[in-house]
Amino acid sequence: MRSARTIAVAVLLLAADIATSLLSANEIPQGERRSGYSFMSPDTQAMQNDDTANPGMLWVLDGEALWKSKAGATDKACVDCHQDARASMKGVAARYPAFDETLGRPVDLEQRINLCRARHQEATPLRYESRDLLALTAFVAQQSRGMAIEAGTDPRLEPFVARGHELFMQRQGQLNLGCTNCHDDNWDKHLAGSAITQAQPTGYPLYRLEWQSLGSLQRRLRACIGGIRAQTYDYGAPELVELELYLMSRARGMSIETPAVRP
Amino acid sequence: MASALINVPAHAKRGDIIEIKTLMSHIMETGYRHTAAGEVVPRNIITSLTCRYNGAEIFRADLFPAIAANPFITFFTVATESGKFDFEWIGDRGFTETASASITVE
Repeated sequence: MRSARTIAVAVLLLAADIATSLLSANEIPQGERRSGYSFMSPDTQAMQNDDTANPGMLWVLDGEALWKSKAGATDKACVDCHQDARASMKGVAARYPAFDETLGRPVDLEQRINLCRARHQEATPLRYESRDLLALTAFVAQQSRGMAIEAGTDPRLEPFVARGHELFMQRQGQLNLGCTNCHDDNWDKHLAGSAITQAQPTGYPLYRLEWQSLGSLQRRLRACIGGIRAQTYDYGAPELVELELYLMSRARGMSIETPAVRP
Repeated sequence: MASALINVPAHAKRGDIIEIKTLMSHIMETGYRHTAAGEVVPRNIITSLTCRYNGAEIFRADLFPAIAANPFITFFTVATESGKFDFEWIGDRGFTETASASITVE
């Protein structure tokens, strides 16, 4: 009887301990922010460091070719308006998702490319996660490599950043977890042998060894949402863009690594 | 579309051991996977990579379904003379890709 009571008290204490550790959703101090890169093995880091070993560069090279290829009813290529991407696209990815005047909401880099196709090339949009869209996005984003992220500073974006933040904090799914429960509170721990990381979106689109392919931030978010057994949003959903926007503004000041490599 | 990345040192001393790195874009579909409808996804892999140094074959690798997408293959050779490395990848469905790189040996 006495031992049963001791166990019950212990269980209660343990439950209280878990509850407080899950409730203390603390933002990561600026000085402790770390890219996913720093959680990787030296082998995977070496793969990202060497442009001839980094498989993401295959998409960047494809993107460079697409930049110059004509498309749509107007028969224009990206290069016809934007000229040399090395100059015109420098720093662009560091500012995305950005506010689109016509739509009145933020759009991410993939959506910007497709808007450009629709408005200026009069071409059909490229499918999310298609090789061409990933290649163009990777090529554009690579022009900002090494530059500091500055997304979300536009005052018009404020309500959208706030909504992204809300979504990041909100518990959902059968596991009843919010992004914050892992990526703010437990980023120094492991989940099934893998580092949890801080969810800093510094290298997208990036090459995941698990995917054996390049993938977008939206793909990563959808996989995470599936992981907590919640209903995933469709590609291009405003909720995903708001999450992207919040994550990018949360990583403000960190360097772009595109195309990064991750396990 | 650009599909291969080759890393060969541009310069080397005669007799140096040099590292050659190759990265080829390919899905490496194993042939063991099925679609949701139960149909087999047909095998589509690279089956061989050869490297010739001024015409003479110095390296050959056979590839198999267990090799991941976008195979990254590196090997070493001795820099004997200035000239060209020619790479050739051959695979299923008539896949062939070539690439080359030059080296100056002093």
